Amino acid sequence: MTEKRLKTGPDFTWGDMEIGNIVTEAGNAALRRTGDWRSQRPVVDREKCNKCGLCWLYCPDAAIEPLKDGYYEPDLFYCKGCGICASVCPKEAITMIEEEEV
Amino acid sequence: MSKRVALEASHAAAEAVRMADVDVIAAYPITPQTHVPERLAEMVANGELDAAYIPVESEHSAMSTCLGSAAAGARTFTTTAGQGLELMHEVVYVASSMRFPIVMVICNRALSAPLSVWGDHSDAMAVRDTSWIQVFCENNQQAFDMTLWAFRVGENPSVLFPVMVHFDGFHLSHVTEPVILPEQDEVDRFLPKFQYPFTLDPSRPMTHGAFGPPDIYLETKIAQEVAFRKSKDVIIQGFKEFGDIFGRYYDPVEPYKTENARTLLIIQGSFSETAKLVVDEKRDKGESIGLIHLRLWRPFPFKELRQAVKDAETIIVFDRCISFGGPGGPVCSEIKSALYDMPRRPKVVGFVGGLGGRDMSVKDFEYVLDRGREVAEKGSDEIFETVGVRGEVTGIKG
Repeated sequence: MTEKRLKTGPDFTWGDMEIGNIVTEAGNAALRRTGDWRSQRPVVDREKCNKCGLCWLYCPDAAIEPLKDGYYEPDLFYCKGCGICASVCPKEAITMIEEEEV
Repeated sequence: MSKRVALEASHAAAEAVRMADVDVIAAYPITPQTHVPERLAEMVANGELDAAYIPVESEHSAMSTCLGSAAAGARTFTTTAGQGLELMHEVVYVASSMRFPIVMVICNRALSAPLSVWGDHSDAMAVRDTSWIQVFCENNQQAFDMTLWAFRVGENPSVLFPVMVHFDGFHLSHVTEPVILPEQDEVDRFLPKFQYPFTLDPSRPMTHGAFGPPDIYLETKIAQEVAFRKSKDVIIQGFKEFGDIFGRYYDPVEPYKTENARTLLIIQGSFSETAKLVVDEKRDKGESIGLIHLRLWRPFPFKELRQAVKDAETIIVFDRCISFGGPGGPVCSEIKSALYDMPRRPKVVGFVGGLGGRDMSVKDFEYVLDRGREVAEKGSDEIFETVGVRGEVTGIKG
């Protein structure tokens, strides 16, 4: 499998554009840093988390990753900080923290 | 054997769509719609045309349906006019930017208010910056010819831009004229099967219509502009290929009696045929006058226009559209800018008239020519001239 590459950056010119700007690679949006759009980030308190996975299920952009130990962590490279995970968490184990306080 | 039949331009265009064997037609069937989709609906219903006819709830939906249809690789047609094209406006940009070679016939009409469904070119001019190929027709035969030609040029793999075929609402759309219809095998020779290279296909996943953040949007637009301008070669080649099969040759800029003409009248659409009568009359009297029909509007034929007018002293441009607070008519404005870099350029006088279905008679074009030459000679305080307006027009100043 070839390495996924985002068509952006200083080496990328108008001549590199696909006709109609189609994207021929599936799933390469994950390579785009959208984490810097965020004003608040989700922080998981493992003391409260019961590994139910609702945060992972509800995340609209697949930015919550299941870990091997059964817990869940946000992918801060991609997470835009919408706060849905914190809102749906039945244990209130996820808190949204202002980025400027991190 | 081709056959000669009496058709209104709307029905002539519908015949071209049928002979092009389109797969999908999506159209809003109510006013300001014309007889084009009415006839096509009839053809689909009675089995003359095997296509999906999708009557939608608005023109915005019509063009949106066309996007999906074209992405699926279907030969796709829609048609509208006036207000309908305005409502469609947002998706008109999307179709060309996504490079879907949809063909759309526009029976040109005025824009409200006051409420008008009658003819002028305001609708066409409002979409001139959308990177659709735009051509104008002078008569019903051309309505057939250009509609057929549009599929071939737009679908060319090195073009892949949508094409708008313009003919005058009512003056052509509802008027019956003789039209030569070719044989189906001639059409099949001219128009290959549509093979869209980026068809939606589960075995080859791809994304159409992704977002374009600031770090790539500018590059996408420049790529689109370069490709769009390049399409002019295929447009001209397509005119030649059309002529080689059907015997009628077209050009981006079409001269009529321009040999050694000191004054040239430039017109788009069916009114050129009325003006040609005046040119004939004046030529018979020994006046040095010719006419140019500007067939190709986008991409604009800069080189061809400069070549066609290089020896003229005066150019008189007739616009059926007004650009409020601007330079008068869009065609005149474009011609002025096209000529600006010429070392020796003709004087250009712009006229606006024929708005909202107002007729232009032979007498009106005689006035345009006479007054135009007078303004070119003596100058005028007004930025542009008008024709057919009751009352003396003043106050069009810079």
